Amino acid sequence: MSDPTRPGGSPPEPPRSRGPGRGPASEVVASFLVNGEAVRALVPATRTLLEFLRDELGLTGTKHGCDLGDCGACTVLVDGVPRLACLTLVAELEGAAVTTVEGLAADGRLSPIQDALDRHGAAQCGYCTPGIAVNLTALLAEEPHPDDAAIREVLGSNICRCTGYTRILDAAREVAGGGQ
Amino acid sequence: MTHAWSARTLDEALRLRADHPEALILAGGTDLMVQRAAGGLDPAEVLDLWSCRELAAIEPEAGGLRVGALATWTDVAAHPAVPAVLRDCARTIGAVQIQNRGTVGGNIVNASPAGDSLPVWLALDARFEVASVRGARRVAAADFFRGYRQVDLAADEILTAVHLPAPAPGEVAAFRKVGTRRAQSISKVVFAGRLRLDGDRVALARLAFGSVAPVPLRAVSAEAALEGGPVRPEAADAVLQDIAPIDDVRSTARYRARVAVAVARAWLRDVAGAGA
Repeated sequence: MSDPTRPGGSPPEPPRSRGPGRGPASEVVASFLVNGEAVRALVPATRTLLEFLRDELGLTGTKHGCDLGDCGACTVLVDGVPRLACLTLVAELEGAAVTTVEGLAADGRLSPIQDALDRHGAAQCGYCTPGIAVNLTALLAEEPHPDDAAIREVLGSNICRCTGYTRILDAAREVAGGGQ
Repeated sequence: MTHAWSARTLDEALRLRADHPEALILAGGTDLMVQRAAGGLDPAEVLDLWSCRELAAIEPEAGGLRVGALATWTDVAAHPAVPAVLRDCARTIGAVQIQNRGTVGGNIVNASPAGDSLPVWLALDARFEVASVRGARRVAAADFFRGYRQVDLAADEILTAVHLPAPAPGEVAAFRKVGTRRAQSISKVVFAGRLRLDGDRVALARLAFGSVAPVPLRAVSAEAALEGGPVRPEAADAVLQDIAPIDDVRSTARYRARVAVAVARAWLRDVAGAGA
């Protein structure tokens, strides 16, 4: 689709870049970590992290929800910070460490928040659950004992239309240790 | 196929901008990526500024505060020198993941009529710093938004920072947002107000709104009705002379008009009550 406010015609084909920051680039190379494993991606400049995780790495725990930055289903950690994979380009990940829901468990054991979500039955359709687990992981890493307001503020970015959030909040409160 | 350039420094960014004036600028991507996914945008060229970390600084300067265009809303909300009215605004934009990525400059240049920060810049008499290989200039926020998503930015220019004047004695300011949901909603009405009080008298009034016209704007009639007198909440009625809301998917013109007046009046009532 062309933007009517821009003149037509394609720019001359530029040489391919040898990496981010050396554009112009129709394809880019980026080396980064996904759940601790080194990944080297050669992708179109516009490939999103969400597409890359699901379609190229087969990591389908990160869900494809709205594509519009609204629903939070595709939340991942980039260098420990919650980000939306649908709005993140692979091209910008050079040197970054990405953590998806598949990377939360360690040595075959669920992380504390995964375990609490499981025991509290905090999922119905489950589509929002990976994003919630990842987002709460970042909150609890930054603030091990968040109060209710902090938990609710963070969960505001993860749309769940099944549960009414009650059991999700129960699970988060348990791990937070009662918000002390 | 989209061709992308990624700049690491402002100098590099300005040179690339001069060579590629048609390129769309990518900062945090919270608007551009959404427009692309929604099918309205398929840019032939993209200039990515995210790696220009020199543009992300927030730092006090003579006479006020300089907020770099690539500062994110998380940066803004966490910085102790940022005025409370702007911190409050930052915390309502999207939610945590969007705040980690959305930038000050992106919100300004995207120039959505519903852009949450835009009334704040208007209310604070902010000046925008724009740069090109030709040099830098500053433009008042009130002069920057020229029409629906039209801004005062030449094809080779990049918005680099916002300059906020330090508050004068006697100033109060506040931010209000009305949406469907507390997080992740696009505003039906967004408001920022600032009053400079000289005793009981309003020495300066700024009432700025978003989502009630094709551009973010100051309600100059209501400001004039306030200045020179006491804080009169009913002066907010004059807001209706300044705004031009529409019916759309998010709300109706009638609702927006009533809420715009009510939000301003309620804030003025708070200010008048606090001073009594």
